Amino acid sequence: MENTEIIKVQHLAKNFGSFQAVKDVSFTVNKGDVFGFLGPNGAGKSTTIRCMLSLIKPDNGQIQLFGKDLNKHRNEILSKVGSIIEKPDFYRYLSAEKNLAIFARISGKDVSKREIAEMLDFVGLNGRNRDKVAGFSHGMKQRLGIAQTLLHQPDLIVLDEPTTGLDPQGIVEIRNLILRLKSEQNKTVILSSHQLSEIELISNRMVIINKGQSIIEGDVKELLNAQEMVVQLEVNDMEKTINVLKIRFESASFKQINERIIEVNIEKQLVPSLNQTLVQEGVEVHAMEPKRKLEDFFMKIIQS
Amino acid sequence: MLLKNTYNEFIKILAKPRSYLGIGALTLLVLLILFAMKADGKSFISFVTASFEQTLSFNGNILNGNLIAFIILQMLIVHIPLLVSLVTGDLISGEAAMGTIRMMATKPISRTQIVLSKFIAGAVYTFILTLWLGFLALIVGKWMFGTGDLIVLNSDGLVILKEQDILWRYGLSFGVAYLALLTISTLSICLSAFAENSIGPIVSTMSIIILFTIIGTLDVSVFDSIKPFLFTTHMASWRSFFEDPVPWTTIRNSVSILVIHNIVLVLIAVYKFNKKDITS
Repeated sequence: MENTEIIKVQHLAKNFGSFQAVKDVSFTVNKGDVFGFLGPNGAGKSTTIRCMLSLIKPDNGQIQLFGKDLNKHRNEILSKVGSIIEKPDFYRYLSAEKNLAIFARISGKDVSKREIAEMLDFVGLNGRNRDKVAGFSHGMKQRLGIAQTLLHQPDLIVLDEPTTGLDPQGIVEIRNLILRLKSEQNKTVILSSHQLSEIELISNRMVIINKGQSIIEGDVKELLNAQEMVVQLEVNDMEKTINVLKIRFESASFKQINERIIEVNIEKQLVPSLNQTLVQEGVEVHAMEPKRKLEDFFMKIIQS
Repeated sequence: MLLKNTYNEFIKILAKPRSYLGIGALTLLVLLILFAMKADGKSFISFVTASFEQTLSFNGNILNGNLIAFIILQMLIVHIPLLVSLVTGDLISGEAAMGTIRMMATKPISRTQIVLSKFIAGAVYTFILTLWLGFLALIVGKWMFGTGDLIVLNSDGLVILKEQDILWRYGLSFGVAYLALLTISTLSICLSAFAENSIGPIVSTMSIIILFTIIGTLDVSVFDSIKPFLFTTHMASWRSFFEDPVPWTTIRNSVSILVIHNIVLVLIAVYKFNKKDITS
């Protein structure tokens, strides 16, 4: 992967009156990244993304896209960006193809009718080209939004909560579409979500923000693996197991589920040692299942 | 980009049912007046001319297309602003309410160009509405009532204008009437830049017109200094073309005031929209 910086946000801050929506957000997105922008509701994700797209003017901080200052090169930058912010909104009284034509006309690139038809086909809306958007379901609008985002072949795609309100099939389709954009077209994608599982499945890098501040940024796998995990053990001697945990693994916490099963919260690198120690102490370990709870991890990060 | 987005704005206006509501309502109103004049126009005219009949004798076709057009303009110039603002007041705030302004503002088009394209589209819509009013009032009026000299009752008294001396007056009066309506259009688009819903700018525009009209008609000296600068004072300037001689200085003054209003309102809207955080 090339390490060209596509987005560089430094110390971004934005107040709405006395409410501080974004206090200090910094992160970097490299070319080809599917970058997860993770945080609970109200963390400041949407405000940050809106600042990046010049919808909101930040009070402080710098935003560079494609190595250029957003304030000075707004139009040049936005011609290379496709985005969906929260939900795609269209002119309900116009057809799908007319809506796309309207947005294509101001996208900075000439888009033919054939390209519009092909894009509608690509997002699975073939045959609905001339239907008015008023009759579209949320999922169909979301697909039309993706079509609108990709129509002018942007280098950077910004998707703010793109799966909100979608049914499970819709979520999978959007997820697969993002993965295709990455693998087939090497697009850089920034994906905002409050669902860690979604970020983990799609993104290679991520930043977690909470209460308007970026907390941690890095490689998704490294960040997740570096943390504690929950291991569910099935053992024949619960009393001895608890003793081992109390004496030999003081840093670990545990919760007994029943007479044979116990859940242990332990650092990942100590798991083999735990297994070995239990066996050495004569405990029969019938099963050991990692049960890292992503939401727990997320909560732990933002609470710390 | 400005031209491309102006084209987009035309497509949107053409596709919106409310755009036809204004034209439909205008057509209905004019047809109603035409029907009423056809049915009982002579008694309407005699009511006006009664006070002059002891000193003047009226011959020929007084109730003609020229007079009908004048009556229609007089009656409707008060109501057309509502029909104009129905469409123009929605141009920015309607998109904010729909969420499409957010989509537009993420495209490589400057906010100034977005606002200007809406002003241009609003101006064209207002022009079409004025043109349609002219067609219905003058062309259909003449077709139904024939032609003839125009008798106009002004504050100075009765003015009789020869048939061949009328058409240019109508041409220019429609031009000034258009400028007055354009000011309404510009005002509602300007207010639209401040709002996030469709109704607010429309109601606000009408409220401002009512307020200014009341101030203009109140015979209180405290308002005398501001009256000349209110756009509503100059809304009826089109009538000046039917005076003899034509008060060109007064008309030029009215046109200047209306043009200044338009420029200032456009600048306010551009400034506001550029400063605005789009959070919808």
